[in-house]
Amino acid sequence: MLSVITAISSWAIPVVLVFIPLYASYKKVPVYESFVDGAKDGFDTAVRIIPHLVGMMVAISIFRSSGMMDFLIGFVRPLFEQLGVPGEVLPLAILRPITGAGSLAFTTELIKQFGPDSMIGRIASTVQGSTDTTLYVLTVYFGAIGIRKAGYALKVGLFSDLVGFAAAVIVCMFVFG
Amino acid sequence: MVNFIWLFFIVSGVIFAAVNGNIDTVTEAAFDGAKTGVTVSFGLISILVMWLGIMKIAEDAGLLKKLGILLGPIIRFLFPDVPKNHPAIGYIMSNMSANILGLGNAATPMGIKAMQELQKLNPDKDKASPAMCTLLAINTASITLIPTTLIAIRLNFNSANPAEIVGTTLFATIISTAAAILLDRYYRFVSSKPPKSKG
Repeated sequence: MLSVITAISSWAIPVVLVFIPLYASYKKVPVYESFVDGAKDGFDTAVRIIPHLVGMMVAISIFRSSGMMDFLIGFVRPLFEQLGVPGEVLPLAILRPITGAGSLAFTTELIKQFGPDSMIGRIASTVQGSTDTTLYVLTVYFGAIGIRKAGYALKVGLFSDLVGFAAAVIVCMFVFG
Repeated sequence: MVNFIWLFFIVSGVIFAAVNGNIDTVTEAAFDGAKTGVTVSFGLISILVMWLGIMKIAEDAGLLKKLGILLGPIIRFLFPDVPKNHPAIGYIMSNMSANILGLGNAATPMGIKAMQELQKLNPDKDKASPAMCTLLAINTASITLIPTTLIAIRLNFNSANPAEIVGTTLFATIISTAAAILLDRYYRFVSSKPPKSKG
């Protein structure tokens, strides 16, 4: 099982990289010219994201290093423990939508401390694997096209993070409990 | 809501630091964050340039159109206001496929490209259209088939069965994606009288 999965993930991109140009040249597409034509948008797009990403990262950085985030996490933790959720995984619910690197580091720390096959390790792995950094995705996608009013997108994103977190905890307690 | 969260992060952070006597951290954190923002943006350049190039080849070869036809019914259900055969559909499809396969690197450029195509259909260029919100919802809920990174980390820490979380992850991801789609539907229903324009 594991070897199949690792094989798929290491082959996926090479296969795509060979298949697309081969098929295209069979269709008489000038492949190199097409590549360069498409690629020239890449730089502009990345640059267009800068103001959005800097704005968001500054706010997140202040929020985290001031201690405010940890304070909030400590505040809600007893509530979750009342529900039987291991308090150790709780920070993930708040960290995950805000910072991808931060939540990955936190998950790694939990796995190191409690072991990958502990309940906490399994829940953390499942949460980390099944949700995404909503604020980052929103900033990058909307930043690239200059959208400033996000509409209802953020609410939907955060709500699905919360549902994903709850589903991860419940399914792990059920399957591994 | 983004405005509110942004303001809340900054104001609450600064006040909290001030109250606890470590106001010095704020300045450093602010510049640190700005630096991270630029670093991440520049890190995206190589990925964007490469994938947008490959995607252009796929588009010119008609592959994206094929992908769109193949999975058309799903797209028409999720994005009822995107006209059939619109180029956005191929990009949305490849974005979703890359996400499902866990190729995060490849998913971002395709998602951005899809957003650019959706922006062409958007009457108010400042405000996200319902289709954009749906695409974002699907991306943040992130349908993941194989959580590669997590399996690697678990392997690193000598898990007896590193891949045992594939099933639970799949379950959680399906539930959260379903929740995102349902809520998206709800917002579409209440918040908009959809302009019945045929593109």
